[in-house]
Amino acid sequence: MAAKTLTIDGTQISAENHITVLQAATEAGVKIPTLCHLEGVYDVGACRLCLVEVKGTAKLLPACTTRVYEGMEVATDSERLRKYRRMTLELLFAERNHVCAVCVSNGHCELQTLAYSLGMDHVRYDYCSPKWGVDATHRLFGMDHNRCILCTRCVRACWHIEGAGTKNVAGRGGKSMIITDLNEPWGNSETCTACGKCVSACPTGALSAKGSTVSEMQHDRSKLEFIVNAREKKQWSV
Amino acid sequence: MSQRIVIDPVTRIEGHAKISVFVDDAGNVSGAEFHVVEFRGFEKFCEGRPYTEMPGITPRICGICPVSHLLASAKAGDAIMAVNIPVAADKLRRLMNLGQLVQSHALSFFHLSAPDFLLGWDSPAAQRNVFGLIANHADLARAGIRLRQFGQEIIEVLGARKIHPAWAVPGGVRSPLSKEGAEKIRAWLPEAFATTRTALDLFKRVLSTHQHEVQLYGNFPSLFMGLVAADGGWEHHGGNLRFMDSSGSIIADQIAPKDYLSVIGESVQDNSYLKSPYYLPLGSTDGVYRVGPLARLNICTHMGVSQADAELKNFKSFGHGAVTSSFLYHYARLIEILASLEWIERYLDDADLFSQDLRADAGINSLRGVGASEAPRGTLFHDYTVDRNGLLQKVNLIVATGQNNLAMNRTVAQIAQHFARGPEITEAMLNRIEHGIRCYDPCLSCSTHAAGRMALLVRMIAPDGRVLHEVRRD
Repeated sequence: MAAKTLTIDGTQISAENHITVLQAATEAGVKIPTLCHLEGVYDVGACRLCLVEVKGTAKLLPACTTRVYEGMEVATDSERLRKYRRMTLELLFAERNHVCAVCVSNGHCELQTLAYSLGMDHVRYDYCSPKWGVDATHRLFGMDHNRCILCTRCVRACWHIEGAGTKNVAGRGGKSMIITDLNEPWGNSETCTACGKCVSACPTGALSAKGSTVSEMQHDRSKLEFIVNAREKKQWSV
Repeated sequence: MSQRIVIDPVTRIEGHAKISVFVDDAGNVSGAEFHVVEFRGFEKFCEGRPYTEMPGITPRICGICPVSHLLASAKAGDAIMAVNIPVAADKLRRLMNLGQLVQSHALSFFHLSAPDFLLGWDSPAAQRNVFGLIANHADLARAGIRLRQFGQEIIEVLGARKIHPAWAVPGGVRSPLSKEGAEKIRAWLPEAFATTRTALDLFKRVLSTHQHEVQLYGNFPSLFMGLVAADGGWEHHGGNLRFMDSSGSIIADQIAPKDYLSVIGESVQDNSYLKSPYYLPLGSTDGVYRVGPLARLNICTHMGVSQADAELKNFKSFGHGAVTSSFLYHYARLIEILASLEWIERYLDDADLFSQDLRADAGINSLRGVGASEAPRGTLFHDYTVDRNGLLQKVNLIVATGQNNLAMNRTVAQIAQHFARGPEITEAMLNRIEHGIRCYDPCLSCSTHAAGRMALLVRMIAPDGRVLHEVRRD
């Protein structure tokens, strides 16, 4: 496998062919903020938090879906990137109803953590305050669309780790929503195995264990990584 | 020509309320209305939320007594789950509520009300506040602030934060009392007792020179309502409802909080977002009742702790039957602090509080749940109706300030009747009306007086809407 030589933030590194800028940066110890990226499933470039500057390209590119190439020059941190990342975060907060203080994931939320780390102390855009509901029909889990950022981690975990294919995305634009089967109440789903991988994958309080109270929901991502690693490395072969 | 005087506090913090005083053709005050003009909408926007989130959402109603909403909400959740919570959880919730009573009552007495009667009713408004108290009575002010801090520490020791702890949950509580926490509270208790004793002695001296205020500040017959224990003892978190009239006769007793609608009606007042509850069998005119410390001490026979019981006996001597002067809310508040401290001391030696058996688990077993708890200001009800998945369909919150609304109207009218001199709005009248409201310790007082002075817009309005006289103080 041919290696590519590129620079990230001025440091020359060597990366395997066909890996993404995000992977290369992670291997080189450079942290790029992400939300929709989830170890173990493919990337979709949905959240736009991992945007980077690539020399020779005017557009900002998502690190999670951009492949490395020979001689590539990547900048992961600049005034322009910080501005766009913060704007993206503010738009995410403005789009639905994210009220950290009373959220089940308060203190354990990737969206909240990013907002803190990027210095987002207020939202400059008008809140959309849409009327989204809560699907509490499942006996174990709840889905609060108010807190969903449409990262589709749950969909990818459901299809590609569990293989159940229960979760999907319906609608377009701001009216997009995560659905169960053909938009059935979650509790009525015949395909859901109640494995909870979608809940583990969720970066916010959108998916939670039923009965969770404020700050109680902690998503355990390590189980997903454990399963994916075991499968890919044939640890379960007999 | 009949006139209406409007006192509209346009505070520098947040607009909360205004007061209208109605004057008849002869220039005499005929009535008063206390309006809360700020719309919160909690009952509406909580619809659709899981009931399990309510103990996290409803405490955000207020930063002064969030614990009261936390506990009432958790209790409503217990009722939806239809569980008996572990004994330890009940005792721990009680301990937190005692801390809440101490901190809120200390705030009301030292920070908000004491400046009025220690610095003088007509002392400059700019100094008649806790900072003026610090300047003139430094030791007392410091001790009062420390007493409030003691109550806050109890809340923090249990719930990990002083304000808005997400600690009580449907089915119980999240964590027990720690040994270190217990020792911290124990070490602080002697100072808290000493401060409370000082305040009681001080207030008794105030009483000896303020008989005029005792007679005038909301001294009228009304009903009194609150929770009492099965044996008629003082309650602050469990028990059932009791109504007493001003002669001291019990007119309704041991009514389960879930049946509150059989005894409490709610009238809606024009120009106010505050509902006006009344004792249903007697209607909205005769069914005016008061809640809070004055009511709780009136309706109970004993407090179960020696020092407070001795004070309770003295308190009851101020009434023929029930104690009817709202000025004595202050005294009742101090006695409740004393009782709370004695109960806290007793709890510290209770092994149950260190138990790990803290939380019952269950699904939705009842589609309606009512939780009641005694907030510092009075009985608080949370009434939730959920669907079979636990999402809220209907929320009804009956808060203490609302239940005192009709009594506050009468208090303002009584004070205004005495101090009003024709269409002129005098400073003396304004100061005393402020304190009349402050006796009830509604949220209005904490958002205005503590910041310096109550900003007021007072208007005398003729029936045709003309403003005859206006006084603005902001």
